Amino acid sequence: MINADSVPAINRHFRLQWEPAQDAHVLLYPEGMVKLNGSAAEVLQLCDGEADVATIIAKLQQKFPEAEGIDADVMAFLEDAHGQQWIQFPG
Amino acid sequence: MDNSGSNSQADYRNREHGSNSASQPLWLLAELTYSCPLQCSYCSNPIDFKNSGEELTTDQWLDVFAQGRQLGSAQLGFSGGEPLLRKDLEILIREARQMGYYSNLITSGMGLDAGRMEVFHKAGLDHIQVSFQASNAELNNRLAGSDKAFRQKLEMAREVKAQGYPMVLNFVIHRDNIDQIDQIIELTIELEADYVELATAQYYGWAEINRDQLLPSREQIARAEATTNRYREELDGSGPKLIFVVPDYYEERPKDCMNGWGNMFLTITPDGMALPCHSARQLPIEFPNVRDMSLEEIWYGSNGFNHFRGYGWMKEPCRSCDEKEKDLGGCRCQAFMMTGDAANADPVCSKSPHHHLIEEARLKAETQDDVQPLILRNARNIDQALARKG
Repeated sequence: MINADSVPAINRHFRLQWEPAQDAHVLLYPEGMVKLNGSAAEVLQLCDGEADVATIIAKLQQKFPEAEGIDADVMAFLEDAHGQQWIQFPG
Repeated sequence: MDNSGSNSQADYRNREHGSNSASQPLWLLAELTYSCPLQCSYCSNPIDFKNSGEELTTDQWLDVFAQGRQLGSAQLGFSGGEPLLRKDLEILIREARQMGYYSNLITSGMGLDAGRMEVFHKAGLDHIQVSFQASNAELNNRLAGSDKAFRQKLEMAREVKAQGYPMVLNFVIHRDNIDQIDQIIELTIELEADYVELATAQYYGWAEINRDQLLPSREQIARAEATTNRYREELDGSGPKLIFVVPDYYEERPKDCMNGWGNMFLTITPDGMALPCHSARQLPIEFPNVRDMSLEEIWYGSNGFNHFRGYGWMKEPCRSCDEKEKDLGGCRCQAFMMTGDAANADPVCSKSPHHHLIEEARLKAETQDDVQPLILRNARNIDQALARKG
């Protein structure tokens, strides 16, 4: 169960990078690639293994002050990303 | 190169996310050499692998990688033959990493050791795929034509994990090892593989002439699939991700091979020929060479790459078929090998007038009547293999 104290990090078997040819961030993994939409990329870039979920949400709220319901969206995305094994919780 | 459904690999892992990326060579497969210490009878390399041209130099490869990156290539596979035989592999890995590639070493493990693996890691290699032939030494070594292979592979697989690489274990599945799929899966769990490809052989190159011996019966496949599903349930998300690739010989509709001709996949052969898939060399089409043409011209402008793009090349029954956009008429190489014309429908399709050829192969797999012995892939056997191909 992910909560505000959880500290997500990109699964070390995935590499997050900006891909000019895709005009998008992507996750690269053995013989495969996931093309990320803008909001997924915003969240994953903050999953550095140090910031907890509360901090990540606060940072995003600061960056996108007009967005509503960011916390619920971020939680839902992180659940999904964890299910896909894109992120792990090393702590 | 272990003939194990690389075309479906490209597709199962990229399809849902590749919407915008059509017409970029996302996957660049560098076949660094046709030389190999093993002799697997299901090898996808051309039968006459000794008579291809000279291998590309280090600088030529680096130039190809740089051009590929410009065109949007993100995944780079080092394959062969056995890519470890290239002494410049470390340089290729390091430069590729600096260009931003995700690099995959697709290896038999022969010629690898902990020290070299560490050097590769430092150079930026992202992932290692180790191929196995079976779950026990006797069968593995017989299939690979090497006494030492199994022990070496075990040792290397353990080392891959010890060094923190993600690991794919690849088993080419055929009638001699398919009934041991439970032991194979147990072995991959023990070795802590991240992904396991249980890929039934596809019948190109050496595998084509050995098809009678390799193609499992329908019943064998059904059992193996059921076993795999049972393990998936038991593992329930823990342990390796099991990927079972069924041979298209038991389908009634063909695969959309390579996600489409010249759509996302680009192979460069050891001697610099550019191909839309690693089997296409056998087709009666003139393919361009990276020594003569830029990758951009090759990908967008060459006759070889434009040959089977779109639908204009199709004959009946594909031309008027309402499923043509789904399967693109299937595999051009399979159509050529079985019917003599690469523009025909893939005979896997039950609408193909040549579908009986597939049915006959299935029947042979069932009865094992009049089956030709395996020919191991090595230089001594080339003439014999060419004679069987006819």
